[in-house]
Amino acid sequence: MRIKSAVAAAALLALAAACGSGGSPQGGTSSEAPKAAEPVKLDFLSLAWQKESVEANKAIVEEWNKANPGIQVTYVQGSWDNVNDQLVTQFEGGDPPDVIHNDSPALSNFASRGYLLDLKDKLPAELKSDIPQAAWDTVTFGKESGVYGVPFLQESQVIIANKKLLDAAKVRIPTTDNPWTWDEFAEVSKKLTKDGAFGVAWPMKSPVNKTLNLALNFGGTFFQTDADGKTTVKVGPEEKEVLQRIYNQIHVDKSADPKTLGMGTADPLPGFYKGEYAMLPVGVYLRQQVVEQAPEGFEWITLPPLKGTSTNQGAVSQTLSVAADSKHPDEALKFMEFFLNGPNQAKLAKGDWLLPTSVKAASDPSITGKENGWDVATASVKSLVVAPFLKVNGYDEWKSKVATPALQEYYAGKISLDEAAKKLVEEGNKVLERY
Amino acid sequence: MKRFSQYVALAAYMVFLAFPLAWLLSTALKTPREMASTDPAWIPDDPTLANFTAAFTEQDLVGAAVRSLIVALASALLTVVLALPAAYAMARIRGALSRVATGWVLVSQVFPFILIIIPLFMVLRNLELTNTLAGVVVVHVTFTLPFALWMLQGYVRAVPRELEEAAAVDGAGRLRSIVSVVAPLLAPGVVATLLFSFISSWNEFLFALVVLKDPDVMTLPLMLARFTGPEGVARLGPLAAASLMATIPSLIFFAIIQRRLKSGLMAGAVKG
Repeated sequence: MRIKSAVAAAALLALAAACGSGGSPQGGTSSEAPKAAEPVKLDFLSLAWQKESVEANKAIVEEWNKANPGIQVTYVQGSWDNVNDQLVTQFEGGDPPDVIHNDSPALSNFASRGYLLDLKDKLPAELKSDIPQAAWDTVTFGKESGVYGVPFLQESQVIIANKKLLDAAKVRIPTTDNPWTWDEFAEVSKKLTKDGAFGVAWPMKSPVNKTLNLALNFGGTFFQTDADGKTTVKVGPEEKEVLQRIYNQIHVDKSADPKTLGMGTADPLPGFYKGEYAMLPVGVYLRQQVVEQAPEGFEWITLPPLKGTSTNQGAVSQTLSVAADSKHPDEALKFMEFFLNGPNQAKLAKGDWLLPTSVKAASDPSITGKENGWDVATASVKSLVVAPFLKVNGYDEWKSKVATPALQEYYAGKISLDEAAKKLVEEGNKVLERY
Repeated sequence: MKRFSQYVALAAYMVFLAFPLAWLLSTALKTPREMASTDPAWIPDDPTLANFTAAFTEQDLVGAAVRSLIVALASALLTVVLALPAAYAMARIRGALSRVATGWVLVSQVFPFILIIIPLFMVLRNLELTNTLAGVVVVHVTFTLPFALWMLQGYVRAVPRELEEAAAVDGAGRLRSIVSVVAPLLAPGVVATLLFSFISSWNEFLFALVVLKDPDVMTLPLMLARFTGPEGVARLGPLAAASLMATIPSLIFFAIIQRRLKSGLMAGAVKG
């Protein structure tokens, strides 16, 4: 009797599951062509996750859907942690979202496998001209120089600092026009190291992108491509410069708190509020966490990117791409043109606390004011150049298998700079040879 | 004294088990400022329900919980319904086929999920089961079935053959002896399998992420992931509040069904 009941219940629930799903394999990639009266349906996979950013995304999609009854967009919220596993499966299965939010490092691999549409000859002129070439370079890949996405948000590395501690130490506050050099930064860090507090914290749980982006301050590119198109790793004097300077702060000057080395990006914030260290070199988006979490009366300031031989930093962009399997690429592009226009990019940048690529958006008053360091953050976009590693096939494997452990060991003082360089090059080249 | 030390050990184990839940509750009631404090406290200075409000207003947690419940219950029941007769056959019918089947069940456990996710997705797509809860149920049953079979097989083996033989002597046919004699004795095994299948399905994330595209069909783990960002940065408050709510249905299910987890049903069934 019990077994019979169980069978009946299972059958009922399975039926309920099938009926209650509410979804069908419809949307832009459906194999069924829409009837004449039916609107084109597009799936938009978004990775926005901060409250303001999700609200901005939803509002823009809603505005589009109201104004365009013939092209209806479904907003689908994804997750940064798993998006590439999700996309590979959906690409291979022939059922990807039509419009895909991702970041530029992921695009090279997807583009080489033919998953993404080359937008080079399809981009609307206004959208193309509103975004500088340096940003387009972050999404341009392959021998054909295909453009596999529209870059719309970028991150620069700035310094978030405890203003009271800076004022008390009477150090010069740098400006966008007159930033600190790395030498000045080292001196200031030493000056701020007193009474058990440190000048700076370097959270280096994921040290590779941060190190490589900052290495461009001294022209360090870490990769070189010969005439035959073969890419190898190089760690010369330019590449070693930033590594050595960070190491010196931790182990020689002792102006950087060694216990923060193993921390993730946001982990040092509690210690920062408590005055355990005065400065945090971090991505611009971390300002949002400071605004939300900092104790009352805590005064903080955003300082511009440091200068080596230049203030250049490697740029990684957040992007929107169109799936090669999309049944409605033209409609997807129309939606993207609207979604990424100047005013909308300003809303998205403000919601995510990042920098817009749109020239029009960059002058929007909402992201250029002094409040919360927006003026410094937005101005730092001029320091961004394409990160050389974006073009390297096999970078992800080099990063996870070689560079991450090598840099972690180096910053922890377990191996010398030459040993780290040897690992990065010799083991790294073995990895790249496979690509 | 022995009993006292047993209670102490039990209490310590309870504290160990309850710690994550208690910390989750504490975090869910804290403001972002208090969460960023370097001196964390168990009891928030300024308790707030804002995290619960944010979790429930920003995401369709109730709808997702209902969908998760449908998927988990359907997966658990289907798994047991399919595994029970198969486990009986594997345990009772000796032969080459039984040994091969047992070996295959074990081998299937060593395949990493990620290896077969793409072919599985393509199969579901051909069956028009992508973006449906039924598709997720099929996947979850597929993945819990081998272990469920293995578990139930052990319970079937523990039922003495003599009981079935005694039933046969009394005139019961095979089906009758299975239904009236074996099945009731397998209740603890069925309950354990149900719990295992339910919890596996309730928590499953990756397949649901890949199979479900439409926001209206997404399950609870997918909703929780929406509070996390890149590089381990997350909106801890709403995430803790939502995670706490997500544990409640499985706790209730466990509380209801665990009473059936009895031992000693077969004690004294066979003499000598």
